[in-house]
Amino acid sequence: MSERREQAASERSEPLGEAVLWARGLTKIYQMGEVEVQALRGVDFALHRGELLVLLGASGSGKSTLLNIVGGLDVPTSGQVFYSGQDLSQADDKELTNFRRRNIGFVFQFYNLIPSLTAAENVALVTDIADESLHPRDALALVGLSARADHFPSQLSGGEQQRVAIARAIAKQPKILLCDEPTGALDYRTGIAVLEVLERVNREFGTATAVITHNAPVAEMADRVVSLADGRIISDHKNPARKSPRELAW
Amino acid sequence: MSALDKKLFRDLASLRGQVITIALVVACGIASYIAMRTAYDSLITSRDEYYEKYRFADVFANLKRAPRSLAERIENIPGVVEVQTRVVERVLVPLDKLPRPVSGTIVSVDRHATSQLNGLFLKEGRELDPRHPDEVILIDGFATAHDLRPGSSLPVVINGTLRKLRVVGVALSPEFVMTLAPGQLTYDPGLAPVLWMNHAALEAAFRLEGAFNSVTLRLERDASRAAVLTELDMVLKPYGGIGSVARDKQQSNYMLSGELAQLDSMAGFVPYLFLGVAALLVNVVLSRLVQLQRSSIATLKAIGYDDRAITLHYLKLVSVIVIGGAALGIGVGSYLGRLEMHLYTDQFFRFAEPRYVLAPSAVIFSVAISVASACFGAWFAVRRVATMPPAEAMRPAAPARYRRSLLEVLGVWRFLTPVMRMIWRELSRRPLRLMLSALGIALGVGINVVARSMTDSMDYLIDVQFHRSMREDLNVTFMNPVPRSALSSLRSIPGVHYAESLRSVPVRFRSAHQYRDAVIQGYSDQQALRKLIDDHAIEVSVPEHGMLLTEKLAEILGVRPGERITVEIREGDFRETSVTVAGLVREPFGLSGHMTERSLARLLGDTAPISTALLTVEPNAVESIERRLKTFPTVASVASPQDFKRQFNEQSAAIMNVFMFIMSLFATIIAVGVIYNNARVALSQRDRDLASLRVLGFTKREVAAILFGEQAIQIAISIPLGLYVGRALTIAMMTNADPETYRLPVSISAQTYVFAIGVTLIAAVLSALLLRRKLDQLDLIGVLKTRE
Ligand SMILES: Nc1ncnc2c1ncn2[C@@H]1O[C@H](COP(=O)(O)OP(=O)(O)O)[C@@H](O)[C@H]1O
Ligand SMILES: [Mg+2]
Repeated sequence: MSERREQAASERSEPLGEAVLWARGLTKIYQMGEVEVQALRGVDFALHRGELLVLLGASGSGKSTLLNIVGGLDVPTSGQVFYSGQDLSQADDKELTNFRRRNIGFVFQFYNLIPSLTAAENVALVTDIADESLHPRDALALVGLSARADHFPSQLSGGEQQRVAIARAIAKQPKILLCDEPTGALDYRTGIAVLEVLERVNREFGTATAVITHNAPVAEMADRVVSLADGRIISDHKNPARKSPRELAW
Repeated sequence: MSALDKKLFRDLASLRGQVITIALVVACGIASYIAMRTAYDSLITSRDEYYEKYRFADVFANLKRAPRSLAERIENIPGVVEVQTRVVERVLVPLDKLPRPVSGTIVSVDRHATSQLNGLFLKEGRELDPRHPDEVILIDGFATAHDLRPGSSLPVVINGTLRKLRVVGVALSPEFVMTLAPGQLTYDPGLAPVLWMNHAALEAAFRLEGAFNSVTLRLERDASRAAVLTELDMVLKPYGGIGSVARDKQQSNYMLSGELAQLDSMAGFVPYLFLGVAALLVNVVLSRLVQLQRSSIATLKAIGYDDRAITLHYLKLVSVIVIGGAALGIGVGSYLGRLEMHLYTDQFFRFAEPRYVLAPSAVIFSVAISVASACFGAWFAVRRVATMPPAEAMRPAAPARYRRSLLEVLGVWRFLTPVMRMIWRELSRRPLRLMLSALGIALGVGINVVARSMTDSMDYLIDVQFHRSMREDLNVTFMNPVPRSALSSLRSIPGVHYAESLRSVPVRFRSAHQYRDAVIQGYSDQQALRKLIDDHAIEVSVPEHGMLLTEKLAEILGVRPGERITVEIREGDFRETSVTVAGLVREPFGLSGHMTERSLARLLGDTAPISTALLTVEPNAVESIERRLKTFPTVASVASPQDFKRQFNEQSAAIMNVFMFIMSLFATIIAVGVIYNNARVALSQRDRDLASLRVLGFTKREVAAILFGEQAIQIAISIPLGLYVGRALTIAMMTNADPETYRLPVSISAQTYVFAIGVTLIAAVLSALLLRRKLDQLDLIGVLKTRE
């Protein structure tokens, strides 16, 4: 009872406006042979308009599972996901695809670029099917990769590939950007550069952004920090002030 | 161009090794289908058009002699549209350069008759001039064989008189597409002259003025053939009619049909087999190719592409490959089809105007099968990924779960090197995939066996016929049966070691509504040179009483051992009698009855004259013996099994060999395509593992040993499987053969098996060499950098 009131209070007191994407009571159980792995054990989650949210947690705590479910890449075992009033947990595959196509930009830990397409073409892959999109080269310029537009993924460094992935995610000007450990495979300096791009996109376009990391200092660039442990949310607090990625140190 | 389409072309370019080999497999499947089907269909079309245009008659009948006025009565038989009466007789053509005169047919031509059936296609020269009684038109096959042209003079023994006739034209006739000279086993146009002569001249020569001894009819389309034949036989009986036949039993057409049926037994099986195998293999290979793109498919889906767009993308990818292969296949197939048809029409089936038809239906069918099969494979692979939530599909497949296997439990394990252990674990982890790959290769091995087995059947046929059954050096066929004493005069010819008789009586077997024209062979007590052997080359002894019947013939006629069968004798007094079927014999080809000479004579009520003499002779005396035989007026022909064999080898075997070579080539390409792709996909699937091993310090050799070790084991499994599959397919093909002509037992030579194994091994080595380069260029750094 008191929990409920607390939660309601926190939602009401949210300074950055209403939730664009929110979920209630999410659980996810992976069945691995006879063993059940409970990745999420009842998670309530909200991503608010314009905010930069960092999802923090140790490896295996359920961060990717959560992000995949709210992004429509996976379905929860129970619980609901809402996107501006639409119940995504009831949506079929086709509706989910449409939802992703229109609203979500993804950045994956392992970039997931198409190896046979150049950087610009990988971005074009998304702009081809989006309604209002940036020109692929403009999107690449935003991430500082104009000079590498015609390179294939195999000719790019990890950080560059990740920036292409970000350009691909933002080129369709999505309302929501979901990034799963965007710096996970990168060294410190490249990691910072990638975070700077994300921060700029959030600031300039007002894209609601969720960034997963297991790297605590990254949380300081967020408006709000949600921590997961063992499939549960253990804390949810707002930062008094966002730090610029350049000021982060780990 | 959309980014997705760019991906399409990039993928095609980067996969070119696989793209090319898969396209070639498709091309081979389609080419063999189109080549065989269209060649066969074109032969049928050409024959039908030929028969139609040159008005090949529907009914044929021979008789002793009837006044021409009888034609009117025949015309009144219900269903008869046209009646053509004529004189058809046997003649001898004693060409100087031939060791013996050849027996042929002469046919009267009346250019002013109202009815013109069985028209001539004049290839060279001109029509007969009715004012010149010594003009003849000669059949093309014979003319070509002996270099006779319009203007040549031709010695012909007509009714016992030698005459010098003048060839004015060279022609083809639908009635004599294939003819068998007496004593001949194979069609040799050089030994089967057919002549056409002015009817007045021919009637005079045979004392048949105002009469005819042969009649042919054209019937209404829906006339009852059986009714017409019965009625006609009744009309002709008083005039020495010996039974009429419809088109289907007319000699040339019957032989032609037999040959075509034999061709059909292949054309109705092999093309489907090749097309099907190619389509199946392409399905599997493309499905795996698409599966390799699992992570790309998931990514496309994650960023908002719907299943339709993704599926379409991959369908386009495989369609480009298949359509490319199909274009090549259609080109090559129609070229080979035309070639094959002409091989037949140039030297075997002499049609007036053979026409190659590339039937759109054959093209559409074969391309549709290939495209559908390939697309199904791709679709299936895309589905498997697309139905998963993208989050799951994007995750690199979880580390495979390995189990301890029997081998480990048994303790053999200790003796295996780490590389061998890895191979073993990888294979035993996915036994289904291993079996599928092995089965794919096995099909490739199998069609190699099928392709070569056709030659084996030929060889078997030749062996049985010419080495085991016909043991004589020469056989002498008489114009009419002669007394046994003729044997002693043959024995007295210098160089003749031994002579024995053989009696062949042309008959019509009849039982209920079924009948077949065949021959009864009469064997003497000590028959040494002509053995009755069954389809497994085992000698069968002829019973003292009754008759042995070809098993197939008994089946057609519906008679069983112990039952009686009606026999209409087609020579001498043309009597009708009956005989008990004493037993059945499985003969590899032909339909006949076998009796002792004695009981055959009893059946015929005669003194057992002989129709054929079999001789063994001094090898270098053959020519002088033939010269002597030329002087015997009763001898119709002298032949040697060796000539038949040569003839057979030059004709059927020659065509078959061209054909077999092409089929083997296709089968080889298909096998190479499958083995290469199999290994190529395995490399793609495991390149990360293998590169990681390299990073850990494995040498290139060791890494190659892992990949090729797996492939080698697959191939080792697939070879025996493939030989078995090949044998099963060969049996299926044989079963499909027209049983009235050939009933060959399946005999696959050791060479065929060795060949199929050899092709497979060479393909494997070739694939290994091609992949070795790729293996050496494994991207070691890439492995460490990303997981994609
Ligand atoms: N496909 C899967 N099958 C089984 N277990 C899974 C699967 N995906 C994730 N898990 C398990 O679920 C838990 C949460 O995983 P994940 O969400 O990937 O964690 P994080 O992203 O926080 O590292 C882990 O224990 C992980 O092993
Ligand atoms: Mg994760």
